[in-house]
Amino acid sequence: MTGWGILKSLWVTFKHLVVTYIEDLRYGKRRYFTPEGVEARRSSDVRGIFTVQYPEEKLPVPEAFRYLPFLIYEEGPDGEKQMRCTSCGICAKVCPPQCIWIVRKNDPQTGRPIPTPAAFYIDVDICMNCGFCAEFCPFDAIKMDHDYEIASYDRLSEHIYDLEKLAKPVTYYASIRPTDYALEEAARAQKGSAKKAETTAG
Amino acid sequence: MSEAVPRIAQIPNLVDLFPDKVQPDTRPGYQGYLVGREHLLEVVQRLRDEYGYDYLSSVTGVDYLPEGKMEVVYHLYKTLGGPALVLKVQMPREDPRVPSLVPLYRGAEFQEREAWDLLGIRFEGHPDLRRILMWEGFAGFPLRKDWREPYFEEEAKPFKSRWPEGFVFRAEDRNPFGDNVQYPPGFDPETWTPPDDEAIYRVLKRASEEDDLHADTLVVNLGPQHPSTHGVFRMVVSLSEETILDLKPVMGYLHRNHEKIGERNTFLQNMPFTDRLDYLCSMSNNFGYALAVEKLMGVKPPERAEYIRVMMAELTRFLNHIFAIGFLLNDLGAYFTPALYAIEERELILDIFEAVSGSRMMCNYFRFGGVARDVSPDILEKVRRLVYDRLPRKVDEMDEFLTRNEIVRERCEGVGVLTAEQAIANSASGPVLRASGVPYDVRRAEPYSIYDRLEFDVAVRYHGDIYDRYLIRLDEMRQSLRILQQVVRDIPEGPIMTGKPQYQVRVPPGEAYGRVEGPKGELGFYVVSNGKPNPWRYHVRAPSFINLTSLVDMARGAKVADVVAILGSIDIVLGEVDR
Ligand code: SF4
Ligand code: SF4
Repeated sequence: MTGWGILKSLWVTFKHLVVTYIEDLRYGKRRYFTPEGVEARRSSDVRGIFTVQYPEEKLPVPEAFRYLPFLIYEEGPDGEKQMRCTSCGICAKVCPPQCIWIVRKNDPQTGRPIPTPAAFYIDVDICMNCGFCAEFCPFDAIKMDHDYEIASYDRLSEHIYDLEKLAKPVTYYASIRPTDYALEEAARAQKGSAKKAETTAG
Repeated sequence: MSEAVPRIAQIPNLVDLFPDKVQPDTRPGYQGYLVGREHLLEVVQRLRDEYGYDYLSSVTGVDYLPEGKMEVVYHLYKTLGGPALVLKVQMPREDPRVPSLVPLYRGAEFQEREAWDLLGIRFEGHPDLRRILMWEGFAGFPLRKDWREPYFEEEAKPFKSRWPEGFVFRAEDRNPFGDNVQYPPGFDPETWTPPDDEAIYRVLKRASEEDDLHADTLVVNLGPQHPSTHGVFRMVVSLSEETILDLKPVMGYLHRNHEKIGERNTFLQNMPFTDRLDYLCSMSNNFGYALAVEKLMGVKPPERAEYIRVMMAELTRFLNHIFAIGFLLNDLGAYFTPALYAIEERELILDIFEAVSGSRMMCNYFRFGGVARDVSPDILEKVRRLVYDRLPRKVDEMDEFLTRNEIVRERCEGVGVLTAEQAIANSASGPVLRASGVPYDVRRAEPYSIYDRLEFDVAVRYHGDIYDRYLIRLDEMRQSLRILQQVVRDIPEGPIMTGKPQYQVRVPPGEAYGRVEGPKGELGFYVVSNGKPNPWRYHVRAPSFINLTSLVDMARGAKVADVVAILGSIDIVLGEVDR
């Protein structure tokens, strides 16, 4: 019968509409503007409306999420920042759009390089968030951030990040990527003890 | 005795067939045959007519600057399946001419225009040899090795200015826009009007003079700025009343010379750039590129990585097809309801991509010899719930929602027909080819990864109209789910990477063509290495781009209102068309 197919189509849309209200009644206030509500709306058995009301609501990002790199520092005994970066230059070499710029520090007396950066820039307009720098840094010194809200009014003055803007404490890193952090610390501890064993044996 | 090669997989020995005309390509790491350019047409015609090489997959050029040579590389296949027959024609750089293959395979049309546009190789006998991605009047041929881009810094990355004395600057400050472009002599950008348009209008077919009605031919431009073109794409059509007489696609508005960027990059650095080709399907793009480079390097990913790769590729196919159907309905005028239903499912899959790779669309997930991160049990559980429970239901719902709908059928059945012969000759691939009755799928025709061990059917439909191109996507989604169910069931434990992850991979000299069955069709990467850290040549056979060759065959005789739906049924992404 002509028209039957259209009626069936409309029935599908109608079901979608009704189900949203049913879910609203079922969950009540919890469905919107609560973390569990947001989580429920992205689970694999969600029915009805999916929409997340950004920016009032935000989807939590998974641990692997990557958006712009930052540099890790550890706090020294007097609270000074000890950059993990040794300015080895690997991240600058691997970066596909070549947006990392590093000035290596040299000893003023001898002129020999010191393993720490004198300056470190990332042009965040060019960064393509590929994550290679974090993946290939041998010192776990550069990692990908979770903060994706970086809009600003002046691209020219604000979008070249320098050492100060890039540096974040290791505790921050541990808070956004707990699993990765734990794994790396374990590996580091193992390496450390292996070294110790070597020196005591030797 | 060695294992018998099935006849279909045997490559005829061209030296026996064409003595004096063909030589084997003996450069280390290369394959196939060198053909003299004066014999090309004859050799290819016989291969097509007598040996079943009816499918010209890829045509591209390579500039061997140090040897003073240009080369055109052809990859021929049989639609019955089997490996490629690779032919090459070499010519001096000063005189780059070859006969055009368009008379034999219409699918060569755009690819030859591209090679002319970017490398300046003249294809003699081509019916419409104009630039295709660059603008008419552009100076130079950008893919030649001695051509330099406006923001040129060095021949190859990494650039020396970044470390150890990386005093930051912006390219546009050093080289302000306006100072950085070269124009041909006598060219004034203010007063210039593109001769391109004239050229297009000239080649369009008009109503014939003897036409009884003496109807005027009307030329209409659809696009480039038009929501129905899925991006910045232009179709110039000539109309007799409402019926389309001829159509010319115009593209390149999003061109960024992906291949030149790729040749400046190191091998690994290209991986995230492939994400940006077909930006809906970055996982498939990664797959194709990884295969090509792995062929050169001679590495194989471990078992678990293979399963993960196939899982990601099939999830990508699913999301691409459901998205394509949703947006086809937009083109038909069902404003956004089906599209949003499709986007809902896509979001759930993107959540998975984000959790494994760190990004929803620009996944950059594959590495040579494996993948970047392991898939955790939680994520696997999520995939399991999707592919066993939710997604099959959703495909059925789409089916119930659209397939029997009278408006959809009225608009789609019998419209935009592409016959099997046309589809093959036009080098169409993917759902476009299979909806025309040619059951050709790279996953079966030349299996890669673990597809030879998986159970699935190659979907095929026979009418070649919009409706069948819609139906075949439903079929393929069901097949993808079938594959996914096997993958989640059987995925083994183990490493995800062969060898250690390296940022400077060593790629021995040679050439390789890696192809996968992407959601949009055959996605191929042709890579030439000369042993340096950067590829000498990096070429993408983009299915969206080549499938557009068939647009005119589908559109001719249709009504102008249907052309939007026809374009939607091909399913293109301009990031890949324009590269
Ligand atoms: S961030 Fe890591 S890779 Fe980059 S220079 Fe510092 S130590 Fe080397
Ligand atoms: S994320 Fe990629 S593009 Fe961005 S700085 Fe790191 S390597 Fe460069």
